[in-house]
Amino acid sequence: MTNAVLTGLVLGGMYALIAMGLTLQYGVARIMNLSYGEFLIGAAFASYWLFTGWALNPLAGLAFVIPVSFGISYLLYRVLLTPLVRRARTRDALEVDSILATFGMMFIVQGIMLTMFGGAYFSYSFLAVPVTIVGEVLALNRLIAFGLAVVVGLALYLTLTRTRIGTSIRAVAVDPIAAQLVAIDVTRTSALAFALGGALVASAGVLISMFLTFSATSGVVFTMKALIVVVMGGVGNLLGCLVAGLALGLSEALVATFIDPGLTLAVNFALFLGVLLVKPAGIFGRAQR
Amino acid sequence: MVSAVKRLAAGLLAVVGAASVGWDGAAEAQTSVKIGYAISRTGPAAGGAAVTTIPNYELWVKEVNAGGGLKLGDKRVPIEVVQYDDRSSAEEAAKALERLITQDKVDFILPPWGTGLNLAVGPILNKAGYPHIASTAVTDRAPELAKRWPNSFWLLGTSADAAKTLVELLVKLRTEGKIGDTVAMASIADGFGIDLSGAARPALTAAKFKLAYDKTYPVGTQDLSPIINEVKALNPDVFIAFSYPPDTIAITEQSRISGFNPKIFYTGVGTAFPLFKQKFGANAEGVMGIGGWNGDSPAIKDYLARHKASAANGAEPDRWASAVTYAGLQMLQQAIERVGKVDRAAVINDLQSGTFDTVIGKVKLENNMPTKYWWVGQWQDGEFYGVGPSGNEGARAPVVPKPAWKAQ
Amino acid sequence: MSSTQITTGAICLAAVVALAFAPMIVDAYHLALAISLLQFTVLATAWGMFSGPTRYVSLATTAFFGVGAYTVAVLGEQLPWSLVLLIAAAIGAVMAVIVGLSTLRLSGVHFVIFTFGLAELVRQIVVWYEVNMTRVLGRYVFVDITQNDIYWQLLTLAVIVFGTGWLIARSRFGFALRIIGEDETVARHCGINVTIAKVALFTITATFMTLVGAIMAPRFTYIEPSIAFNATISFEVVIMALLGGAHRLWGPALGAIPLTLLFDFLSARFPSTSTLIMGVVFLLIVYALPSGVVGLWEKLKAWRPTASKMRGAQA
Repeated sequence: MTNAVLTGLVLGGMYALIAMGLTLQYGVARIMNLSYGEFLIGAAFASYWLFTGWALNPLAGLAFVIPVSFGISYLLYRVLLTPLVRRARTRDALEVDSILATFGMMFIVQGIMLTMFGGAYFSYSFLAVPVTIVGEVLALNRLIAFGLAVVVGLALYLTLTRTRIGTSIRAVAVDPIAAQLVAIDVTRTSALAFALGGALVASAGVLISMFLTFSATSGVVFTMKALIVVVMGGVGNLLGCLVAGLALGLSEALVATFIDPGLTLAVNFALFLGVLLVKPAGIFGRAQR
Repeated sequence: MVSAVKRLAAGLLAVVGAASVGWDGAAEAQTSVKIGYAISRTGPAAGGAAVTTIPNYELWVKEVNAGGGLKLGDKRVPIEVVQYDDRSSAEEAAKALERLITQDKVDFILPPWGTGLNLAVGPILNKAGYPHIASTAVTDRAPELAKRWPNSFWLLGTSADAAKTLVELLVKLRTEGKIGDTVAMASIADGFGIDLSGAARPALTAAKFKLAYDKTYPVGTQDLSPIINEVKALNPDVFIAFSYPPDTIAITEQSRISGFNPKIFYTGVGTAFPLFKQKFGANAEGVMGIGGWNGDSPAIKDYLARHKASAANGAEPDRWASAVTYAGLQMLQQAIERVGKVDRAAVINDLQSGTFDTVIGKVKLENNMPTKYWWVGQWQDGEFYGVGPSGNEGARAPVVPKPAWKAQ
Repeated sequence: MSSTQITTGAICLAAVVALAFAPMIVDAYHLALAISLLQFTVLATAWGMFSGPTRYVSLATTAFFGVGAYTVAVLGEQLPWSLVLLIAAAIGAVMAVIVGLSTLRLSGVHFVIFTFGLAELVRQIVVWYEVNMTRVLGRYVFVDITQNDIYWQLLTLAVIVFGTGWLIARSRFGFALRIIGEDETVARHCGINVTIAKVALFTITATFMTLVGAIMAPRFTYIEPSIAFNATISFEVVIMALLGGAHRLWGPALGAIPLTLLFDFLSARFPSTSTLIMGVVFLLIVYALPSGVVGLWEKLKAWRPTASKMRGAQA
């Protein structure tokens, strides 16, 4: 039982980590980013390259990957997505446009990775050592990913609730039109949130590459997982993300241990659908708009 | 990374080149043999195709053309390749093959990667009378399909046979007193895992093994530690996982971390991949898996060297279907050269009855299937040797019990 | 009925008759391409019929498609073909009613993710059932259906879909849907039963999707969940319909046809870099055609009369 709970928590932390960037990108910048998983895999490849080519510790690699991905995401929003935001008359129209545009982006990023690395599977070992916690053995790299998810989640939560910039980000999330009335530069704030999301997903990619086998085409799995966590937790809500991620991870581990590993994913989806039916806006979501 | 950038640049150049050449890429025939294939460059099957199939197709074409081409009668004719991306979809694969047949009018077609796609294109190749050398498909219906489509050749065998060989090996080891009789089995809930576990289950019970654990897990499971922990608690002598590459890696990693070290540790697709050795290094020692080859044979050693020299980034072949894929290409080549012209019916005939000299040894098909397969391999001293069936030429004795995991 | 409508009708009829003879003249590859085109035209049109007026983005296409394909895989060899199709349609309809009743109160993106989750859930359940109950995952479909049959069935289905769409648009039901599309609250106040209208529409269109899956199944020979419940289909259909323009009945087809051709051309011309190019082309389309092909068409139509008027004034 302890083992299942611990495994579930660690797995759930990973899910939350994957999803946090998307909740910012989608909740604040209002970009339904279908190429999200591709950016995660891109960071995983960067980490793989740094580790195997330059013997750079993936955790140290974060110092390199995070700013780069922040910059790329920022530029992406300013150059490619701002025109879409400008021309969209309603939020629905922006949703449609951003789905289409990021769908194209997904192909581009995937295409670049395919030409650079080919379609084969990649994997390396880093910190794959056992750690014993309350008598149960866990992998250190997974534990670190979990720890970082909690730390990042809390730090972001505090930033969003306690600082001025955080407050303006939340204001944009609630109502981008009204936010302008209180002298918030919505475009800049949105770009910032989008870039922050990009940096988060990149750090998730680096951490995950330490223990998951990935290939250039495996991004879509993560996009979907992230979307599910985000929607389940309530769009734009970091704590919701954490709770939803942990709920999914725990249910997966408990079902695998006590019922049947074959049903884990089905239970995950059932849980997700169930939450939506009871609370259509997600666990922590407010009513729409 | 430098080479990766180079490849990106080369790719972009190829695009520009292809775009400027326009439609006349397909020159007049007569002076060349047109060979077409549709392969999964993208989508879920891309990972397998990139390791097992694409490098071998490219290696073979390069080598044949370097030698002047295929020998038709008394002259040599170079190979011209037409290739498409089937995007891992059965519908796209079918469409691409129809295009190869009716638009490009290719002389021969190489098969797609994987069981599902090979089955999907079977009827099309049969109707058009092209030889279909399926070298990456494992299906229990293979003998029946070979009857239904006499142009189809199933080089990788049936899962029932795979399970039987594995159980025979276990029985032998048990009589030698090297293992007890508790077995734990986990399998992926996909065609491969279901077929194999379906065949292994009755075989194990018939051989009076005790099946302590027998569960499946869905494709895309990201944490397999609940399975490993539960299995570890049962302390079996034998652990069998009919898994796919990402889970093969994850299961092995998790077992090492949990210190789960049964006497026999057997994993599925991916164990024979070079990635496995690269990732686990000395810890791969003693791990068994599906596939294997005669690693001491000069033909295989030579093939390994040529593959490394030809493939991007010096990638090694996998130790199961790669060599079989290459052997299938050699068989096609020898059949075409024996017939001496592009006569597909005659080539099919020759494939059915002829004897072929390949990297995996002499091959003579019976009912469109080989008579010898490697089903159980084991990592020994950094090479994945075939250990079962033990009657195969070059079969090594299995190392049992598996040595303990080393700390990294 | 005005004379233009009669002419349009006649042209459509002639086009369908001409298309029906296509398998006699074209080769296997072009037939395959035509099947692909019809498949996506029907799927995208059915998708647009529901999503155009209601503005719901559904990713459940593949759930219905897959259920149709699986029905054929299970029953195809035992029952006569027309009965199999009927059963598939019935299963699809029942599933759609259940899903519709339980989900259509969700709005916006929640519905998007929900439908995606639904497709995965159905797939997982099928896998689990096959693994634990039948112990076989892949199923073989050896039925006596030729490529020509598939083509004709899809063509018939396409005609039915467009016919249904046309009839709905002209009926009270269609009028009610338009009001719902404009403003749901207003629609409620007008005495329209919004839920029933939406569920009915969802069911009709989902049944069409199920039938496409059933009709396409014999083409695959071998069916397993990853083939039948291929999530890419859902995405492709959404993209096609949105690109064409979902607020017109014939809009999605205008997205489906060029995109199918484009994908086909790219995977043939640039097999190893097709993904990259597809992405670039895609972005270009999104930025160049902000309101879809339909939007472009309407702009052109609006522009032409003014242009001719100006010319008239000059003369």
